[in-house]
Amino acid sequence: MMFKKPEKINWGMLLNNIFHKLGIPVIAAGIFMVLWSVTASHIETSLGQVPGPVMVWQQAMTLYQEHKDERKKEAAFYARQEKRNAAKLLKDPNAKTRIRSYPGKATYIDQIFTSITTVLTGFIIAALIAIPIGIISGLNGTIYNAINPLIQTFKPVSPLAWLPIVTIIVSAVYVSDDPMFSKSFVTSAITVTLCTIWPIIINTTVGVSSVDKDLVNVSKVLRLHWFTHVVKIVLPSSIPMMFAGLRVSLGIGWMVLIAAEMLAQNPGLGKFVWDEFQNGSSNSMARIMVAVFTIGIIGYVLDRFMLTLQRSVSWDKSAVLR
Amino acid sequence: MAQEHLNLTHMSIEFPTPSGPFKALDDIDLLINKGEFVSLIGHSGCGKSTVLNIVAGLYQATTGGVILDGKEVNEPGPDRAVVFQNHSLLPWLSAYENVELAVKQVFKGRKTRQEMKEWIEHNLHLVHMDHAMHKRPSEISGGMKQRVGIARALAMEPKVLLMDEPFGALDALTRAHMQDSLIEIQSRLNNTVIMITHDVDEAVLLSDRIVMMTNGPAATIGEVLDIELPRPRNRVELADNKDYNHLRAQVLKFLYERQRKPDEAA
Repeated sequence: MMFKKPEKINWGMLLNNIFHKLGIPVIAAGIFMVLWSVTASHIETSLGQVPGPVMVWQQAMTLYQEHKDERKKEAAFYARQEKRNAAKLLKDPNAKTRIRSYPGKATYIDQIFTSITTVLTGFIIAALIAIPIGIISGLNGTIYNAINPLIQTFKPVSPLAWLPIVTIIVSAVYVSDDPMFSKSFVTSAITVTLCTIWPIIINTTVGVSSVDKDLVNVSKVLRLHWFTHVVKIVLPSSIPMMFAGLRVSLGIGWMVLIAAEMLAQNPGLGKFVWDEFQNGSSNSMARIMVAVFTIGIIGYVLDRFMLTLQRSVSWDKSAVLR
Repeated sequence: MAQEHLNLTHMSIEFPTPSGPFKALDDIDLLINKGEFVSLIGHSGCGKSTVLNIVAGLYQATTGGVILDGKEVNEPGPDRAVVFQNHSLLPWLSAYENVELAVKQVFKGRKTRQEMKEWIEHNLHLVHMDHAMHKRPSEISGGMKQRVGIARALAMEPKVLLMDEPFGALDALTRAHMQDSLIEIQSRLNNTVIMITHDVDEAVLLSDRIVMMTNGPAATIGEVLDIELPRPRNRVELADNKDYNHLRAQVLKFLYERQRKPDEAA
């Protein structure tokens, strides 16, 4: 049988496809916006009306403008210093010059990057600790039985419970005259680590311990060295589970971070929300909502990033990953 | 007298269960010569696989044991390569890499890189898998996967090749094709083979001897049947052969009259 090559593009189907992939989400977002602005306009608070989409958008633009202004000021600040130093050197070539760093406050964009750096630091530390532990406890039933109750106990603990302990310990232990990182950063990152480590351990353990028994037998018949066994058989077969755990963990870590930053005063999005809450101006609520959307979108992007990574390392390309 | 090759001596195995030990096999005694093709046949659950696993070294017999070329078998090893029922290829490696894993492990320091490559390709050629050498298991059919599994086992140059229902999961036509391939390979290499099957035709067609097992628990060898059909054997010619059909009938009688499954007997 011969298939005829289609002579024309099937416009009907193409349009239908575009409508489903693009049209429906846009319409849904539109309905959400309408419901939001109608509901918001009916709620009066001590800080005025609850902001609708328009006010939030305006505040987002304001925050970006503030960031640009701040950068301009910073550039001007350094330019002034350089000019002054150049003049000094012209008068006396041996004059000592120095550049003072800009004392301005962190902008919203700076805060976003602080948050991302903090969450990734905490997450990477967690992964580096959790994956080896997961592999060992997946391979050895005794070790699994030993640590499983501990993991199950620590797993449901809220970051807000860890934070005070971490803060106290970091203040006591992390003492240095010229610290590389601020204490608030270390505290927030460690809190993220403490909350993300458990799902990674559990998933890695499950992945490692559920290696197909036949494959383990193949390894036994071949008398593979335990290291070769882990590298060639255990790790590849548990990678899908491991990455599922890492992905869940990063999501948890991002949620934990915002709470941790609020209390630890790490200059990220959590602190921004807290400061705006304390500030209590008529714009505060809109600015906090900008933060809500920012947090959501970054969380989404982080998740997509992990999904891409998961797809690229998984050998089972037929598995549907969402 | 030539030295015995593979000796299963009064092998019994018990598995501990909460309600006391369960005796799966009782006094299995069998002498297998070099180059002999032996089939184990019996109803499912009679402990055929357990026998094979003991020979492979994956299980330890409670009493008795296995002696291969004068040495007792205590642990798994590549001199007793196993072809598993569901191919057991590593899904993240290509056919070539799956065989390579075995070859690298067995011939480390004995073959050069080039020799290894030739040996891997030779074995894949033997099972007619040259064309799909670099495909992953998910990209090839069930029969092809099983071929690669056999190539991997053959590449270990085992003293004994153990096959656990190697074609059980395949459709009838593919199975027949694989049996023909196995006859061809066997005529060239003349390996010692123990194969588990529940297919009567397969057993008669391929074997030098068929070992028929009684039903468990405490399963043991019921009867041993010598298959003295001339080789090379051809399934179409044998279909009308009187001796073939007689042997076939003997196995069938054992399985369905003398060892009828208790739950089916009612």
